[in-house]
Amino acid sequence: MTALSAPPAPQPLLQESSFPSVNQRTGDANKPVMELKRTIKYESDRVKGFGREVMSVPGCEQLENCIQCGTCSGLCPLSIYMDHTPRQVMELTRSDFKNEVLQSTTIWLCASCYACTVECPKQIRITDIMYELKQRAIHEGFYPRRFPIPVLAQEFYKMSRKRGRVTENFLATIMFLKTNIPAALGMWRLGLNLLRRGRFPLKLEGIKRKDELERMMAVVDKLSIDALNTGHENGGNGGRPNGTH
Amino acid sequence: MDKVNGNHDARIGFYVCHCGHNIAAMVDCTEVAKYVGQLPGVVLSRDYKYMCSDPGQELIQKDIKEFGLNRIVVASCSPLLHEHTFRSAVEAGGLNPFFFHMVNIREQDSWVHTDRAEATTKAKALSRAAVRRVAHHKALEVKQVPVQPDVLVVGGGIAGIHAALTLAKAGKKVYLVEREPSIGGHMAKFDKTFPTLDCAACILTPKMSEVGAHKNITLWSYSEVVKMDGYVGNFTVTIKRKPRYINEDLCTGCQECIANCIYKEPKFTDEFNEGLGKRKPVYIPFPQATPQVVLIDPEVCLNFKRGVLTDKCKKTCVEACGEKKAIDFKQKEEFREIKVGTIIVATGFQTFDVGRMPQYGYGRYPNVYTSLEVERLVNASGPTAGDVVLRDGRHPKSIGIIHCVGSRDRNTNRWCSRVCCMYSMKLAHLLKEHTAAEIYNFYIDIRAAGKGYEEFYDKLLEEGVHFIRGRVGEVTDWAFIPEEEGKLVIRVEDTLAGVVRRIPVDMVVLATGLEPHADAQSVRRLFNMSCGSEGFFLERHPKLAPVNTFTDGIFLAGCCQSPKDIPDSVAQAGAAAAEALVLIDKGHIEQEPNTAHILDDCSGCKSCIPLCPYTAITLTEDGKKAVINEALCKGCGTCVAACPSGSIVQNLFDDEEVFSEIQGVLAYD
Amino acid sequence: MKYSYFPGCSLKGTGRAYEESLLPVLKALGVELEELDDWNCCGATAYMAVDEVKACVMASRNLAIAEKAGHQELLAPCSACYLVLNKTKHYLHESPVVEAVVQKALHQANLTYSGNTPVRHPLDVLVNNVGIDAIKKRVTQPLKGLKVAPYYGCQIVRPYATFDDQYNPTTMDRLLEAIGCTMVTYPLKTRCCGGSLTGTLPEPGLLCAYVLLKEAIARGADVIATVCPLCQFNLDCYRDKMASKWGDETIPDPRNPAARISVGPQLNMPVVYFTQLLGLAFGFSEKELGLHRGFTPMRKPACARAQPAAA
Repeated sequence: MTALSAPPAPQPLLQESSFPSVNQRTGDANKPVMELKRTIKYESDRVKGFGREVMSVPGCEQLENCIQCGTCSGLCPLSIYMDHTPRQVMELTRSDFKNEVLQSTTIWLCASCYACTVECPKQIRITDIMYELKQRAIHEGFYPRRFPIPVLAQEFYKMSRKRGRVTENFLATIMFLKTNIPAALGMWRLGLNLLRRGRFPLKLEGIKRKDELERMMAVVDKLSIDALNTGHENGGNGGRPNGTH
Repeated sequence: MDKVNGNHDARIGFYVCHCGHNIAAMVDCTEVAKYVGQLPGVVLSRDYKYMCSDPGQELIQKDIKEFGLNRIVVASCSPLLHEHTFRSAVEAGGLNPFFFHMVNIREQDSWVHTDRAEATTKAKALSRAAVRRVAHHKALEVKQVPVQPDVLVVGGGIAGIHAALTLAKAGKKVYLVEREPSIGGHMAKFDKTFPTLDCAACILTPKMSEVGAHKNITLWSYSEVVKMDGYVGNFTVTIKRKPRYINEDLCTGCQECIANCIYKEPKFTDEFNEGLGKRKPVYIPFPQATPQVVLIDPEVCLNFKRGVLTDKCKKTCVEACGEKKAIDFKQKEEFREIKVGTIIVATGFQTFDVGRMPQYGYGRYPNVYTSLEVERLVNASGPTAGDVVLRDGRHPKSIGIIHCVGSRDRNTNRWCSRVCCMYSMKLAHLLKEHTAAEIYNFYIDIRAAGKGYEEFYDKLLEEGVHFIRGRVGEVTDWAFIPEEEGKLVIRVEDTLAGVVRRIPVDMVVLATGLEPHADAQSVRRLFNMSCGSEGFFLERHPKLAPVNTFTDGIFLAGCCQSPKDIPDSVAQAGAAAAEALVLIDKGHIEQEPNTAHILDDCSGCKSCIPLCPYTAITLTEDGKKAVINEALCKGCGTCVAACPSGSIVQNLFDDEEVFSEIQGVLAYD
Repeated sequence: MKYSYFPGCSLKGTGRAYEESLLPVLKALGVELEELDDWNCCGATAYMAVDEVKACVMASRNLAIAEKAGHQELLAPCSACYLVLNKTKHYLHESPVVEAVVQKALHQANLTYSGNTPVRHPLDVLVNNVGIDAIKKRVTQPLKGLKVAPYYGCQIVRPYATFDDQYNPTTMDRLLEAIGCTMVTYPLKTRCCGGSLTGTLPEPGLLCAYVLLKEAIARGADVIATVCPLCQFNLDCYRDKMASKWGDETIPDPRNPAARISVGPQLNMPVVYFTQLLGLAFGFSEKELGLHRGFTPMRKPACARAQPAAA
């Protein structure tokens, strides 16, 4: 598993020891009174061309016209949990702040309900851009190893590619075992209830012509969609997801 | 060397302009002048820095006299800019101005090419073509067409009213046609106007009365234009006068008929009050209506059934009218034909239909209002006498005003409607005054670009109105926390503070945008006008001719051209009146003689007649041949090209001229 | 009427009851379904998160098989499958570059894609092809008085609003009114249920689903009707977790607005597929329709039980 390729954490400007150490409110002598963080962004923090690349996907060109109205964030049911709201992610993407965007919680929290896309006054395909960002994050390994959502996505991908179909309960179980074993154990009641009601198949589903599917996928394996869309080949491992354990 | 066909007496003077660096940077002007100088027929050939300057023009005049020139060619910029300049110079030099021809070696050569050698060769070829052509030019006279002095103003809103008054005060006879029963337009519905908070009715009604009283204005309300024929200076317009079932000359506006109507209580939707009030079948739109005449709605009056007279009602109104005998149930629509020289179109706008944005809940939640509805609600002469009471009877303690409804949105209308930010702030102020509620304005940008507008915004901020930058996606009534129960909830990202907020309000006001009338397309076709992609009527030039149209003699004013506020509408109306006065006071129009005419050998096949976009071609009295009305002809050349027997000739573009130009371009030496 | 039928992975697993109720209802209305030969997973939302070209290839295989099957149209009941298949069609239409790649891949399986098989949803087919009148005729036990909250979810009306309005869809409302149900006003008809987040990130995911249940309770619904297996799962299977987190919340009692009730005990409202309600009205039994598979099993309402069953 590739390590998180994040920029180095900013150093606190003021060290604890430079202040009197008594916190009158909590009475805890060792706690600092306030923690400061320096957040300026330089042009060198931008990854030039990142925005263009994302916008080269058919339909995503409209991002150029974003007026930052905030309709997307206002409608998004998950925006209140995101570290950057969808609107902020759009601006960060357009301005080439790749690291900030791919490390945000936003792209994983997007449930692709399309509420933003249908209301955007500039008809920007926000949901599709979120998918683009998810793909890039997975491709480049920009997520904590045990974060359930990309793990689920990749397990889904592996299972459906290998077998042609997904058996949901198996998939969910694998995901839990890989990310959060205590939670997996906590799901025993749900599993039992599903089993009792016949909603917990015990056999893995699959298609008959698995080799046919594999041949089809092999054709695509060699391609890089960004190269196709931006019109220049840049090699690379062409869209194969990272994170195979 | 080729011979110059045709006119062996041509003595051509050729001038190529450097235009500073604009042409000289890419075209070797000296070489072009030298080359042209040795072509047959060319007596002199010069290159000069700025031909359009005074010395440049004087040079032409001097040369004509000194060298006995009888044809002039100038190779410089676009004819759109200076053809008129040079034609005047040539005329001042004693020659017929149409013995002049202009070649564009700037916009069509030096500005669009990057290879100097190629650009120079092209300039030579174009000049050679012009020299060959100009030899065939014939003397032409500019025609003068007289202008009828009366004016038609279509639309009786503030723009139409101002235009009509300006022209009437200048002594011109004006017909003011308005489709609604009263003039006043949308402004009559407003409460106060921004940024001064002048009462709209107080500043409008004096002008309305003036229109009603002015001897030079013939006011036809409840009327529409149905046909327009003719051309600048000579329009024939047919106007339909819709039946009010009241004789306008006899009605005194006493309104006894309304008081005595068989319906004791008003029962029908009151359009002027945006559906918030009720009226009777016989009604006057609003107290200060001009003309001060009532009208009867045949759809709901008991004496009619669905618009058809049945004579079944007791007619207490007629009884109340008494001696005046102003009510006439048998009145029919009338058609009037008038002749005018100029027309000003000031038909205004309609507000965006909020039904197109169901996510804001208009119609579903009773306490969602449009801005026009709120104007009536806060108005002292409105349906609630200025009491801001909601449809469910409550008084609001919190109000959300949503900007940009139906504007700046690719899903509805792309443009910015320009006035909504200001009127939303105005409504915020008025609502606060009337209700002391908490007011929230949800905006994307605050557009306050006029005189006193930014200061108005400042004032609103001081009044404690909350301005939240975040476009609202939807208005809902489901409560997430108990405090939201029974309210309308606006969930929005406060982009400036950087948080998503849920704000429960009692009342939502939608700042609806402005758009063209639903029938704008048929209206513009009636007047031979173009429109832009959004549907607003098209001005001739966005910067330099905002009130002219592409049809001479027809002018625009007000919101029918694009959304704007009252000061700009009035300014445009004055400008349109001035443009009309230009034509009227001059008394005649000068016509570019590049018109087409039909030769005797016309066989009467009528192929050309349906092709003319300006309906300039008709048949002669005996129906045997076609004839072109030169005043309507714009010289587009369609009929010339289409005529199967080649019987149509266009001045300045006859076959000899065109073919010699083609030969000139293609020849090489 | 005959359609190709794409069940999707969910309808063979946790969403069994959807298929169990859909098939007999359609059969009773004269609609024949032929399951797509060797159909594969559509990719759902997860695949798109990994690689969109591969997602297109996965989905296109099904579209190409459907074209080969020769029936005019393909029926996809699961909302995610419906969306993915339609989205793929749009994508291939808009991007010739991607389409060329997909055709090349399909060639490996002796398949081609020509784009002339529309993908339809059962709601669309029932209301627009079969028709409300034909459905009314088939009703033997109208569910009179049953108050239903119609929950459409997000993916059948967004982003492509082909057969119903995006903001206020009414096909299911009309359908269920035709079988006697009373629709409650439900403003959250199209709000996201949380999708797969209920399993991966419970805090935000469960809240999305909880809000839907709470509002249905507040509006006085007896049952929630869904169209999507994942929506049904989210609303049906996490009630205990929701109750432990938010069960103490109170809302106005829909029957007596002056009083307040606790949400917790009300959370066990049945959540069913609209096809199950249709089936009940047609006279099928609870068992036949898979109603026993819900975590709160639904019993045939009293009004319907009183009538004789269908022949």
